[in-house]
Order: sequence, then structure tokens, then C-alpha cells
Amino acid sequence: MTTRLDPNLAVILLAAPILWFAPAGFKAYGLYVVSLWLVMSIAAMGLNLTLGYAGLKSLAQAGFIGIGAYTTAILTKTFGVSWPLAFLASGALSFAVGVVLGFPALRVKFHYLAFVTLAFAMFVFLVARNEEWLTGGVYGFSNIPRPVIFGLDLSRALPFYRFVLVVTVVLSLAMWWLLRSPWGRAFLALRENWMRAASLGVDIRTYTLMAFAIGSAWGGFAGALYAPLVEFIDPAPFAISASFVMLLTVVVGGSGFFLGPFVGAFLSFVLPELLRVTGGWYLVVYASVVLVLLVICPTGILGLVERARDRLSQRRAAALRDAARPMLEGSEAR
Amino acid sequence: MDQLIQLLIAGLATGAIYALAAIGFTLVWQTSQTINFAQGEFVMLPAILALAARDLLHLPFWVALIVATAAFLALFGFGFKRFLVDPMLKHGVLPLAIATMALSILMKEGAKDGYSAQAAQFPSMVPEGVVSIVGAAVSLRDIAVFVVAVAAIVALQLFVDRTRLGRTMQATAQNPTVARILGIRVERMILLTFLINAALAALASYLISPIYLAKFSNGEFIGLSAFIAAIVGGFNQVRGALAGGFVVGLVDNLAAAYVSSGYRTAVPLALLVVFILFKPEGLLGRREERTV
Repeated sequence: MTTRLDPNLAVILLAAPILWFAPAGFKAYGLYVVSLWLVMSIAAMGLNLTLGYAGLKSLAQAGFIGIGAYTTAILTKTFGVSWPLAFLASGALSFAVGVVLGFPALRVKFHYLAFVTLAFAMFVFLVARNEEWLTGGVYGFSNIPRPVIFGLDLSRALPFYRFVLVVTVVLSLAMWWLLRSPWGRAFLALRENWMRAASLGVDIRTYTLMAFAIGSAWGGFAGALYAPLVEFIDPAPFAISASFVMLLTVVVGGSGFFLGPFVGAFLSFVLPELLRVTGGWYLVVYASVVLVLLVICPTGILGLVERARDRLSQRRAAALRDAARPMLEGSEAR
Repeated sequence: MDQLIQLLIAGLATGAIYALAAIGFTLVWQTSQTINFAQGEFVMLPAILALAARDLLHLPFWVALIVATAAFLALFGFGFKRFLVDPMLKHGVLPLAIATMALSILMKEGAKDGYSAQAAQFPSMVPEGVVSIVGAAVSLRDIAVFVVAVAAIVALQLFVDRTRLGRTMQATAQNPTVARILGIRVERMILLTFLINAALAALASYLISPIYLAKFSNGEFIGLSAFIAAIVGGFNQVRGALAGGFVVGLVDNLAAAYVSSGYRTAVPLALLVVFILFKPEGLLGRREERTV
């Protein structure tokens, strides 16, 4: 038996070296945009686990990016903790908060869950804005240091971008592995028919909490990269509309598709930067594009791709049948 | 004591406005399973449209109000249903809810880029002034807002309960299949609820903008308050939305004065979480059967 390479894994392994070398000639701004794309893809990957695979509607992902970003900023700047530790702490804290936020998900479903998570995202924003002693309030946190890892100075744009790429690849591989494991199957069961899953002995409680917590941890990891990337954070990028954008990112890319978050994040974070030439209107253009896309393909861009591929293979099968028909009919006649 | 009376009246006034938004929200939910995440922006936009019509088209203010209301009803009553809800609804509730999030971003950014990023004064329709109630100075505007909003809600309730058209609308909301068998033009009734929603939002907009100024970002807190009011009151009840609106308005104003102005939004949110966890059917709602 030959083991076929999973296409998602193939894309990661193929894209990583391309992304390592391709942007070498970019200016600092271009590198910033590509780095932002990767960071937001990580956060969207987490939400894709919660929403796309486990089917739990969460409107709190920007809140977790915020938790990760502030944790990293405070730990590295105020306490001088090294970045890898701060990174792990950001993920761990988001994981822990995600478990707590997962408890309402055990009791309520659908839109109620969306509103509970929305309330939570708003609460994170309020804390970031009001607790000036901790977060700097509306003035934010400036001069967040970029890390030095194993003696490598990452303060310049290109090394930092490559570092972000490495972390993205590692987190993507971890997510890929998780989704292929029995856990991934259990998450899918949760989305498709949680009652049947429960009656078949799937531990709904644990898997619901884990889907929330792991998805949230990815948000925290993204935040830990976001803070040194922009070097300045204030509460604004973590407001509830940012959580809306995260959800749109996952859905437009294709929720439940492994590579969906990357496509979606490209649309949500790179496209607006490309559209800056339109002056102030770029967010209007972006929102219009998203609306049209949703009306045309509610399963997201990758859903559209899959549909096209299905149609193509159906047509091919039909052609084969047509070609075989004379022969079959001929054999019947005999 | 004086301060408490003032806060209660102000709370009832803002609560009545939240109720307008929450009622539109539940009506649209009942007839077409649309969770409109842009409801706050629906309340933000008409005032901005009116100001834009006044400033850019140089119309007298009352003409601008009429033009803005007509444009809003056409775009976000009829257009919203025809071009967003109809094509999206067949894909399910979630894609539609997500599309309304994109719509909220579109409306907010459109208002910011098309009109102004600054908060703008919105002329009040009632004279400024205070009257004395049990010794407390109460703003005339708060009383007028309360009276107008409650009058609108009572009129809506009478329409729904007492007129033939209103009852057919109710029938459509409760059971579209049977309504269709009985010969009700279901599509037209659904459109009617969208127009009523837009009209309620426009009224709420003109009432709240003199108080909080007209600003593109107003939709965030108004929308959140309307969601909370709808859920606290009972997601599928018009009476509930009214009660929920008052509760949220009162809690909001009292929290701003007695808890902390920084966390005033957090208190209604805490209320929301408590309700969702322990009484998800709301104050006046019926418990929904869990579907297998």
C-alpha cells in the first residue's frame, strides 16, 4: 500500500520555501503586510477549528488576539521576560480563558453562543481601554521590543518576517496533525450531529471545551506575534468589529477547509492594503467584495473551488460513461 | 434622590429607543430567521443620511429628514430583504448572519468615508428645557423621547393585534406554511416586517442622535444594547423586546452613575450572560423546544 501525501500537507510544505524566499526584495511595508497576513492566518486557523470543524459560533477571536498581544507586550516590555516564554504564556492564558468561555457553549447553542462570546470580546476591549495601569488605556503600549532568539536579532523586517513564517508553519503542522488525529474526527462529529455523537459515546463536554480552548490558544499565539510585529498596541484593533472580521475571514476563505484561513486572511488583511490606493474607501470596497462573495458562494472561496472540482470530475465520469455506452449496449445485444 | 429620579427618567427614555431597535430585530427574526448583526448600524445611519442630505444637497432640515427616511426605507427595508436576505436565506441562518456582519462594516465605513469621521450635532425635535417632577429637574427631551417611542410601539402593537393586515403578518411570523395555505401573500408580509424594521430604526435614529450626537461608530453600542434587550426580554416576543429595552436602558444609566462610566457597557453585558445561562427564554419569552 502506498501512502499518498495529503494535499493540505503538500501545500504547506511547498509554500513554506516559496514564502521564505519570495518576499526577499520587498520593502519594509510589503514585509509588514505579508507578516500580518501570516499572523492573522494563525488566528483564523484557531477560529476555523472552533467554528469550521467543531461548529461552535464564536465571536471572540479578536479578544483572544488581544489577550495574547497584551500578555506578550506586558511580559516582554515591563518584566523583561524572553519572547518564547511570553509566547507560551500568551497561548496558555488564552487556552485557560478559552476553557472558561467554553462552559457557556455546553449550555447554549447557535446565536446565543454568538452573543455570549460577543459579550466576552467587548469585555476584553473594555478592560484594555479602562485598566490604564496595566494596558496603557487608550494611549496603548508603545515600543514593544522585537525578540532576539538564539542570538538572532529579529528587529529588522525581513528576519522578523521569516521568523513569523517559521512559527506559522509549525502551528499549521500542529493543527494539521490535530485534525487528522481522532480528536479531529470528534470535532467533526460535534459539528455534524452532536446529539448522535453523544449517544455514540463521544465525550461532548471535553471536546467542546477543547475546541474552544485550542482555537483560543491559536488566537493568543497570533497575538504574541502581532504585538512585536506592529510594535505598538492599543485597544482599537481588538474591538468587536475586529471579531466580526475574524469570523468573515474564516467563512469567506471556506470554513471547515484546512487552507481556508489563509485565503480568507489574504482577502481580509492583504486586499485592504492593496486597496489603499482607493483612498479612504478601501474598507467600503472590502466589505462590498465580501458581501458579493458571500451571496455567490456562502461556503467560501475554497468551497467554490471544491464545487468546481466536483463538477469537473462528474463531467469526466459522464464522458467516460458516454464513451462506454456503445460498448455496453453492444454487449447486451449479443 | 433627585439624581435617582433623573437617572430613572433618562434610563426609560434611552430604554424606549433600545426597545424600538430590539422590536425591529425580533420582528425580522420571527418572519425570516434573520439575525441582523447590522441592527445598530441601521439605527446609526438614518441620522447620518439626514445630515448628509441637509449638508450636501442643501435641503431644509425637514425635507432632508423625509428624503433620508425614504432612501433608508428603500435601501435597508426593501433592498436589504430583496438583495441580501432573499439570496442568502436559502443557504441557512449562519451565512446570512455573517453577511449582516459584512453589511455592518460596509454601513459604518460608508458613513465614515461618505459623511464624516467626527461626531455631528443632530437637531433635536423637541425644545430644550427642564420640568420639575417631585422636586427633581427632568429634561423635557427625555420625556418627549419616551413619549414618542412608546407611542410608536403602542401604535405598532395595535396594528399587529387589531388590523387585518397586522394579523396576517402575525400569522406569517408564527407559521408561514399554514399562512400560505390560507392564501396569505407570505412574501409581501415578510417585506412588510422589513419595512417596519427600517421605519422603527429610522425613528430610533432621529430620537437618539440628539442625545449621543450622530457618529458613524454609534452602531456598536446601540446594536449591542438592542441585542441584549431582545434576549433579556425573550427573543421571540415584541412585548419582551419592550420590557428588555427598558431594563437595559435603566441598567445602563444606573451603572454609568453608580458603578463606573468606563464599564457602563459591561454591566448590561453581564446581565446578558446571566440571562443566557440561567433563563435563556428571557423575561417574557416561551421556552423553545430543543430540536433533535
